[in-house]
Amino acid sequence: MGAAQKRKIRIECLRYQPGVDAAPRTQAWDVPFTDDMSVLQGLQHIKDHLDGSLTFRWSCRMAVCGSCGMMINGVPKLACETFLRDYLPAGVLIEPLTHFPIVRDLVIDQSDFLAKLESVRPYLIPAQPRTVGEGPYRQTPAQMDAYYQYSQCINCTLCYAACPQYGMNTHFTGPAVLALLHRYNEDSRDAGKAQRMEIVNAEDGVWGCTLVGYCSEVCPKGVDPARAVNQNKIESTKDYFRNLLLPRGSTSR
Amino acid sequence: MSTPNTYTRPIAGWWRRNPFYRAYILRELTCVAVIVFALELLVGLWRLVQGPEAFDAWRASLAQPWVIVVNCVVLALVAWHAWTWFEVMPKTLPFINLGGRRVPDRAIVAAGAIAAVVASLVVLFLFLTL
Repeated sequence: MGAAQKRKIRIECLRYQPGVDAAPRTQAWDVPFTDDMSVLQGLQHIKDHLDGSLTFRWSCRMAVCGSCGMMINGVPKLACETFLRDYLPAGVLIEPLTHFPIVRDLVIDQSDFLAKLESVRPYLIPAQPRTVGEGPYRQTPAQMDAYYQYSQCINCTLCYAACPQYGMNTHFTGPAVLALLHRYNEDSRDAGKAQRMEIVNAEDGVWGCTLVGYCSEVCPKGVDPARAVNQNKIESTKDYFRNLLLPRGSTSR
Repeated sequence: MSTPNTYTRPIAGWWRRNPFYRAYILRELTCVAVIVFALELLVGLWRLVQGPEAFDAWRASLAQPWVIVVNCVVLALVAWHAWTWFEVMPKTLPFINLGGRRVPDRAIVAAGAIAAVVASLVVLFLFLTL
C-alpha cells in the first residue's frame, strides 16, 4: 500500500458505547488517504486497520441508499459523497446525525422517523382501483413533473438533522415525511389527499415548520422538502376554510 | 419501538452552531425593526388626530438627528427583513410553468424584489410630488 508515502488526515469521531460510556466522547486517528477517498472510506480504513469497534452505517457508497448520513464538521452530509481532501489540513470531525438518539458511535435510532414515514400512507390510493387486466394508471409527463422531485427522497434523514424545529420537538412530522406526503398528494393518479390532510393540518404537521429552510439546503437529492411543507401550509389553510364554510358532509371529512 | 440505552445530545445553543442558523435568527430578529417602524407611524396617526400642532410636534421630533440615525438603522433592518422573505418566497409557491418550462426560483426571488423596489419608488414619487 505504501502507507509511508501517503498523506494523512486527522479523523475525529464521536463515540458512544451504551452501557460503557455515560455520555459520548471523541476519539481521533491519523488516517492515510488519497485524493479520491471519501469520508466513508476513511471510516472504513479505521474500522479495518485501526479500531474494529467503530460502528457506522453504510451500504451503496454512491448516494443512493441513504445509510451513511453523518454530521461532518457540523454539517449533515452523506459520508460517501464527501471527500477527505476537502478537509485539509485541519482534519474532520464526524458525529452521528443530530436530533436523533445515538444507539452506538455514529449509528442513530431511526424508529421515530420510520413510524412517521408509514403514517402518511406513502402509496397510491386510486379513486377507482383498476385490475391488472384494465392496465396501468396513466399519466402525462407534465403530471409526473408535478411530483417527480419529491419522489427522489432516499430517507437519509439529513433534513431531520438540519431541522431545529424537529430537534426541539420530535413530535413534529418533519421535512422528509411531509415531502413524501406531498409527493402522493400531487400525483394525478392518487385520490388519498383527504386521508392525509389530517397529518398536514395537525399542530405537529406543517405548522410545526418555521421555514428555517436548512432541510432543502442539505438534501443530497434536490427534493426541497421546505417547499413541500410550505405548499401544504396553503393547502391546510384552504382545507380549514373549506371545512368551516361548507356544510357538513359536503367535504371529505 | 425505541432501542434502549440511547443517548440524545442536548440542543441548547443550536442557533450558534451554523452560519445558516445564524442567518435564520437574524431574519426572525429583524422583525422587531418592523414593529418599531409600525409603532412610529401609529404614533404619527394618533398625533394627527389630536390636531395640527400635535402633528407638527411629532414631525419635529422625527427631525432630531438621533431619531434620523435610529430610523436609518431601522430602515436597513426592515429592508434586510423584506429581502430574506423574498429569498424564501419560491418555497411558498407551487411550480410555475411558462411556455412549457419551469420558472427558476431565482427568477421568482428577483421578480418579488424588483416589484418591491418599484412599489417603494412609486410611493416615494407620490410622496415627493403630491
